Amino acid sequence: MPISIEEVDRIAQLAKLSFTEEEKWELAEQLAKIVEYVEKINELDLEHVPPTTHVIELTNVMREDEVRPGLSQEEALMNAPAKKLGFFSVPKVIG
Amino acid sequence: MRATSPQPQLGASGKPERGEAMKYEAVIGLEVHVQLLTESKIFCGCSTSFGAAPNTHVCPVCLGLPGALPVLNRQAVEFAIRMGLAVGGRINPRAVFARKNYFYPDLPKGYQISQYEEPLVVGGRVEIEVDGRLRAIRLARIHLEEDAGRSVHAEEYVGANETLVDANRCGVPLIEVVSEPELATPREAALYLARLRQLVQYLGISSGNMEEGSLRCDANVSVRPAGSKKLGVKTELKNMNSIRSVERALEFEIRRQVAILQQGGRVEQETLLWDEKRGVAEPMRTKEMAHDYRYFPEPDLVPLVVDPAWIEEIRASLPELPLAKKRRFVQQYGLPEYDAELLTETRQLADYFETAAAFTPHTKKLSNWILGEVLRTLNERKISLERFPVPPQYLAELVNLVEDGEISASAGKKVFDEMVESGKRPEAIVREKGLAQISDLSQLEEVVERVLRAYPGEVERYRQGKDKLFTFFVGQVMRETSGKANPRIVNQLLKERLGVRRG
Repeated sequence: MPISIEEVDRIAQLAKLSFTEEEKWELAEQLAKIVEYVEKINELDLEHVPPTTHVIELTNVMREDEVRPGLSQEEALMNAPAKKLGFFSVPKVIG
Repeated sequence: MRATSPQPQLGASGKPERGEAMKYEAVIGLEVHVQLLTESKIFCGCSTSFGAAPNTHVCPVCLGLPGALPVLNRQAVEFAIRMGLAVGGRINPRAVFARKNYFYPDLPKGYQISQYEEPLVVGGRVEIEVDGRLRAIRLARIHLEEDAGRSVHAEEYVGANETLVDANRCGVPLIEVVSEPELATPREAALYLARLRQLVQYLGISSGNMEEGSLRCDANVSVRPAGSKKLGVKTELKNMNSIRSVERALEFEIRRQVAILQQGGRVEQETLLWDEKRGVAEPMRTKEMAHDYRYFPEPDLVPLVVDPAWIEEIRASLPELPLAKKRRFVQQYGLPEYDAELLTETRQLADYFETAAAFTPHTKKLSNWILGEVLRTLNERKISLERFPVPPQYLAELVNLVEDGEISASAGKKVFDEMVESGKRPEAIVREKGLAQISDLSQLEEVVERVLRAYPGEVERYRQGKDKLFTFFVGQVMRETSGKANPRIVNQLLKERLGVRRG
C-alpha cells in the first residue's frame, strides 16, 4: 500500500517531527513496506479471534490506596532543561 | 465571519421566543470530570492532596520517566463502581485501559491513560427535576482515567515566553461521566450538574468542589431548527468553574450559534474557552492541537475483570441516595416536598436533621429552625455544618421547649443565639438567663386581676365594644412579668375575665 507525502506530513506532525523533502520520500517508502508487512495478517480469517493486547493472561493487578514517598522537588527537576520556582519551565503554550 | 454580538432573544427555557422567523432548539451533552477522593494517585503511591508546593508529589511513574510502570489503585476502581451502581449503570465485566496520545507540557508521558473501547461503566441515568417533573438523563459511560498536570500561564511570576508546569496533579484519579446529548436547555444542564455533584458528595467519592477543580465540566452544544431530527454542528465549551458559569456559557453559545444560522452562516466545529469576567466564549488559541488521539490498549496495565462478589459488596455499602432520602423525609417526617428537598441537599444536613428528629415529635418545626436559623448562622459565620457548635440533640430540645410552651418564641431565638456562642444545653441557658415562661395558672391569674383593677376605664370601654384594647391588656400583663408570661394562657385568662366579645 503506497503512503503519500501528505500522510507522512500528518504522522510527522502528530509525532512533532520535521523532515526534509528527501527524507519524506524515503520515509514514505519505508512506511509503505511496514504496512505491507503487517497486512500479511489479513490473509488469515480472524473474525472470531479477539485482539491480543497482552501475551500473559493476567488480570486485576492492583495496589492498596497508600501514600508512598516519591521524589523530592530537586530530584524531579534535576534533568529539566529549564525550571523556575519549583516548576518546569516550558515554551509558552497559550498565545 | 464570526458573529460576536448575538441578536435573537432566548426565553428562560433557552428556546427562542415567538416572533422569530425560525425557532431553534439546543442539544447539550456534558462531560464531567470528577476527582476521586483517594489518598494516593491512580497508578502510583504519590499523595493526591491539594495545594502542595509544585512538583513535590511526584515519582518516576507520574513523571513518565523511562522504565516506570503503573499499578492500578483498588480504591479508585471501587469509587468508580460505586458511582456506576448509584446511577444504575452496567459494570463492564471486563474493562481495559487505553492510551490517549497527544503532546502537551502538562502530560509528561505524551499520553494519558484512560479507557476507550471498554470503559468500566456503561449506561445509567441521572434524574433531574424540571418544573416539578422528573426527567432521567441517560449516561453514555463512566470511565476511569488519570488527571494531567497543572499549567500556570497567568500569574505574575510567569515570564512572557514561558508556561510553568506542576506535575503534582499528574495521575490523580478521575472518573469522566459522559451524558447522552439529551439536555435541552442551559437550565437543565445546570440541574444535571448540581445533581451529579450532590451524588458524588453523597457517595463520598469526591469533594465535588468546582472552584478547586475537583469537578470540571465540558459542554458540547449544537442547535437545530425546532423539531428537526438532524443534529447541528456542535462546539465544545471549556473553562467553566461553577454551575452558574456552565449555564451562562451555554446561554451565550446557543445565542451565538442561532445568530450565525439566522444570518445564513455555518457553525464551525471548534473548542471555545469561556471567559467568566467578560461573559463571552472565544475559540481556544492553543498552538496546534491534533484531534487524532490514536487510542490503543495500554500494554503496561492488565485488563480489569471485576468480580461480581465485589460489585455486590459495594452495592450493599451504598448510602441512601438523595432522591430516595427526600421521598422518605416526606413520608416519615410529614415534611413538605420543599423542606425535604432542601434538607437532603447535602448528606451532612440530612444527617443533622435526622439525628435531631429522634429527639422531638415537632419535625416540621425542627425543619423550620434548621432551614432558617441554622443555615442563616452557617452563612453569616461562613462555617460548614461540621463546625456548627450546636449538637442536633440540643436543637431538638430547644424546639421542644418552645413548642411545649416552656419558653416563648422570642426567648427561643435568644437561647439559640446563646447556644451558638457557648454550645451549652438549652435548659441550662433558660435557667441561667431566667427565660422560662410563666405558665403557672394561679400566678398568672393574680397578675391578670391586678392589671384589670389598675385600668377600670379601659375595661369598661372594652366591654362596650372597643375590641382593640385586648392587646393593650396582654401588653400590660407582659410588662408586669417582664415578657415571661405564657401568651396562650394570658389570652385565655383575659378572655375569661373580660367575657368573650363577639363581632
